[in-house]
Amino acid sequence: MPIQLNNVSFTYSPGTPFERHALRGINLSIADGEFIGIIGQTGSGKSTLVQLLNGLIKPTQGTVRVGDVTTTDKGVRLRPLRQMVGLVFQFAEHQLFAETVAADIAFGPLNLGLDPSEIAARVDEAMLTVGLPLEMKERSPFELSGGQMRRVAIAGVLAMRPQVLILDEPTAGLDPRGRDEILTRIGALHRERGITVILVSHSMEDIARLVSRIVVIHEGEVLHDGPPREVFCSAESLSGIGLGVPQATEILRRLRLAGWNVPAVALTLAEAHGFIVEAWRERSGEA
Amino acid sequence: MQCVELNSGTQIKGAAGIIETKGLHHVYRGHEGDTHALGGIDIRIEEGDFVAIIGRNGSGKSTLAKHFNAILLPTEGRVLVLGMDTRDTGLLWSIRQAVGMVFQNPDNQIVATVIDEDVAFGPENLGVPTPEIAERVDAALRQVNMLALRHHAPHLLSGGQKQRVAIAGVLAMHPKLLVLDEATAMLDPVGRAEVIETILALRSIAKMTTVLITHHMDEAVLAHRVIVMDEGRVVASGTPAEVFAQPELLESLGLDVPLAAKLAKELIRSGLSLPEGILTAAQLVDSLCQFN
Repeated sequence: MPIQLNNVSFTYSPGTPFERHALRGINLSIADGEFIGIIGQTGSGKSTLVQLLNGLIKPTQGTVRVGDVTTTDKGVRLRPLRQMVGLVFQFAEHQLFAETVAADIAFGPLNLGLDPSEIAARVDEAMLTVGLPLEMKERSPFELSGGQMRRVAIAGVLAMRPQVLILDEPTAGLDPRGRDEILTRIGALHRERGITVILVSHSMEDIARLVSRIVVIHEGEVLHDGPPREVFCSAESLSGIGLGVPQATEILRRLRLAGWNVPAVALTLAEAHGFIVEAWRERSGEA
Repeated sequence: MQCVELNSGTQIKGAAGIIETKGLHHVYRGHEGDTHALGGIDIRIEEGDFVAIIGRNGSGKSTLAKHFNAILLPTEGRVLVLGMDTRDTGLLWSIRQAVGMVFQNPDNQIVATVIDEDVAFGPENLGVPTPEIAERVDAALRQVNMLALRHHAPHLLSGGQKQRVAIAGVLAMHPKLLVLDEATAMLDPVGRAEVIETILALRSIAKMTTVLITHHMDEAVLAHRVIVMDEGRVVASGTPAEVFAQPELLESLGLDVPLAAKLAKELIRSGLSLPEGILTAAQLVDSLCQFN
């Protein structure tokens, strides 16, 4: 399910005093099975971008092509597209509504017109994928913890068996373990099923840990597009637009400013640890 | 005992902490049975304290905080705010005025269409005379560095700015305690930094007594005291250095230690001679440079 954005612009309320250009001239191609992180400040256009990908909104200019569907084509059927591209919104648990966990997760497949046994199988599969015990099926989603509710919401999208999964801030407001569990599940889902995952996040830690490509959006344009190691090299330009680098990278950056001979980027704690130990020994040897 | 005069004229006994909880239990009654959210909390928050409360989702942090200004009342035990028992409904206004809360969602806390009117909402309801309201609004907006945008519409603000307005709204009520319940959770890194800087400024200039509930360990290290909650109880409490020196305990509770602290610990394990108690990136880098 390759995704291709050609010269895409999106303007809110065009031709009115409230006109606002959310995206301008975006060109982006996403191959099958990629794991992409999208970062940018609030208001940079990230959310507009992801909503374009499943046809919730259509570009004011340019084209968005997902597989063989172009969202602006005349008479295009967007329903199959929305099934193929699953979108998990920020604080998705606010959208839970059903009386039981199972009914909430089944809502999408039910609307696809699948038969009951298929729906039941998909509910089970989705629950296991996000790590919810099947005993929870008959419980009210509103009596679960925040992290569990978030997982029910994600399971509802997974039950549609999307080929592209877009997650907008899936870990915001969760405790460290909840964060960790959701990210581990998403990583496994990507590895095992080979689906395309697009992760929108303010957490550079989450991004560094998972994705193989980062797209930086700033004022409606693509500012950087590359592997994490490359993008996080430009710490100054990122902090200039209100973003940061992973803490491990930040520690190395400070050490370099103090004259240490360490690489510019570490994506994980283990990596930073290795670099610092090596530099320490080198410095001790010289002394 | 000295007496403290509150704005409302209520006389209360002095020498009490800002908050004191005694054997506090709270039970939520639900369709699927009761949830024992707090199981006997005894804490004291003194004037000038800066306390962070950490704990996993559902550990009781927010339930506890909601007892600090009588949004929730104890099922068992007592909560005293400046010596006032929160179960005494006659004291509700004095308690609400004394303890201001800022919540997670910046969009749920703004009521007016212009920023300074929003900040004026609290003091207006307290019956503060109009000229004084204007002074309070000015002062509060200045404290959160939002005075320049006073005539703007709130919906045009960023998340961080909205939270700063929410803090100003609380400050205009001249509270004794500011409680922030995951006030940075929905913000981007810039918004988070703005709110944290605002809190630190209030601390250093106004010595505002502050309770910060957070999932971000790098925010918790800024406090003077960290209270760790699990399953409705306080399971650890101490300075950030003391609390974060127990990574095993924290991890078993589904929490974390700040990355710099974890890294420092592993570097020490690898034989680097670094001091104990490193919590932040700045401290780690300083120590590395100092000891090598």
